[in-house]
Amino acid sequence: MPHIPLESHLPGITGLLEYRKDTGQPIRELTEILLRGESTLTRAERELIATVVSNGNQCQFCSAAHAATVDMLLGESETAAMVKADIPTAPVSDKMKALLTIADKVRESGKLVTAAHIEAAKSAGATDREIHDTVLIAALFCLYNRYVDGMATAMPADSSYFAMLADRLVNHGYYRLPQGYDHLK
Amino acid sequence: MPHINVDENLPGIRSLMAFSPQTATPMGELANLLLRSNDTMSMADRELIATRVSYLNDCFYCQHSHGAIAVCYLGGNTELVDQVRTDYNNAPISDKLKALLSTAASVQKGGRYVTPQQIETAKGLGATDNDIHDTVLIAAAFCMFNRYVDGLASAAPTDMSSYPLRAKQIAEKGYGNHIFSNKQPVAETEGIKG
Repeated sequence: MPHIPLESHLPGITGLLEYRKDTGQPIRELTEILLRGESTLTRAERELIATVVSNGNQCQFCSAAHAATVDMLLGESETAAMVKADIPTAPVSDKMKALLTIADKVRESGKLVTAAHIEAAKSAGATDREIHDTVLIAALFCLYNRYVDGMATAMPADSSYFAMLADRLVNHGYYRLPQGYDHLK
Repeated sequence: MPHINVDENLPGIRSLMAFSPQTATPMGELANLLLRSNDTMSMADRELIATRVSYLNDCFYCQHSHGAIAVCYLGGNTELVDQVRTDYNNAPISDKLKALLSTAASVQKGGRYVTPQQIETAKGLGATDNDIHDTVLIAAAFCMFNRYVDGLASAAPTDMSSYPLRAKQIAEKGYGNHIFSNKQPVAETEGIKG
């Protein structure tokens, strides 16, 4: 049961962002910029960073939601599953392996990112902007995962919820739905 | 040396925000909403939570920056802030704030470490749902800010006299892009530190 009264039809992060729309707004905006704004990383690549961090933090809700989003963007579910299991052998570019490794270090602690990790990413073609965004996406999901689990938010009753959520994230993005969420009741 | 090419005249998160002003804007807004409010929890208490979490994450720049801001709100009581940062249990603060600092420390380890009993204790000592919410989100937000600052190896000034100067800027004007777009504060008497 959540530690504060949240709407029961809004599991995970959605209930929190609705409970406090004021703090929800900049969190949504930051996510929209990082995961869907202009970037040399694809949307799927950025969602993979979110997935790896949420999976490493053992945040069930965020991990399922962002893996489902990767699956929808790529039209297959193998890549997200393999990245979650083992980055070095996953079917992604060497640049992405280096960036996902950086993200996983950030997840543990920012101080674990070494000059060697950065060098590996740069020699695989990563730009300063891509490294910046990788670190900030990883850091942002350390916020999300702790917010979602620190408040003991609910998991959806039915796992088909995540396909619906992924569809909303892919087609609408991270901003609040203009009509709100009463239709989910 | 920072991992990416940032303005070397700017310290810590300021250099990163200047590198990426578009993402800096919502981060500044979030900081204002969480830290510049006296709604059931004082600005000083909020900065103390930020300071403690940054200390637990071993983020030098953030723990000293937010510690210095808390000092501004607490009438210059550096001793109290230092004690809360490293040993809050023995600090002369309310039991409610101690319970919230304990919850924040659990969030720092991972959201799943927060127990219903911790929340019950905080509520029993007068914490409102808003206090609980803001404590968890401040702690979570500093798990983001600390990782951003250290994950990109941004520069942390070793001249400790510079922290109160930047803190005064924030105590007066709040968070926002002015912290990197305006001239950085310098001591009025130059050379005072040799």
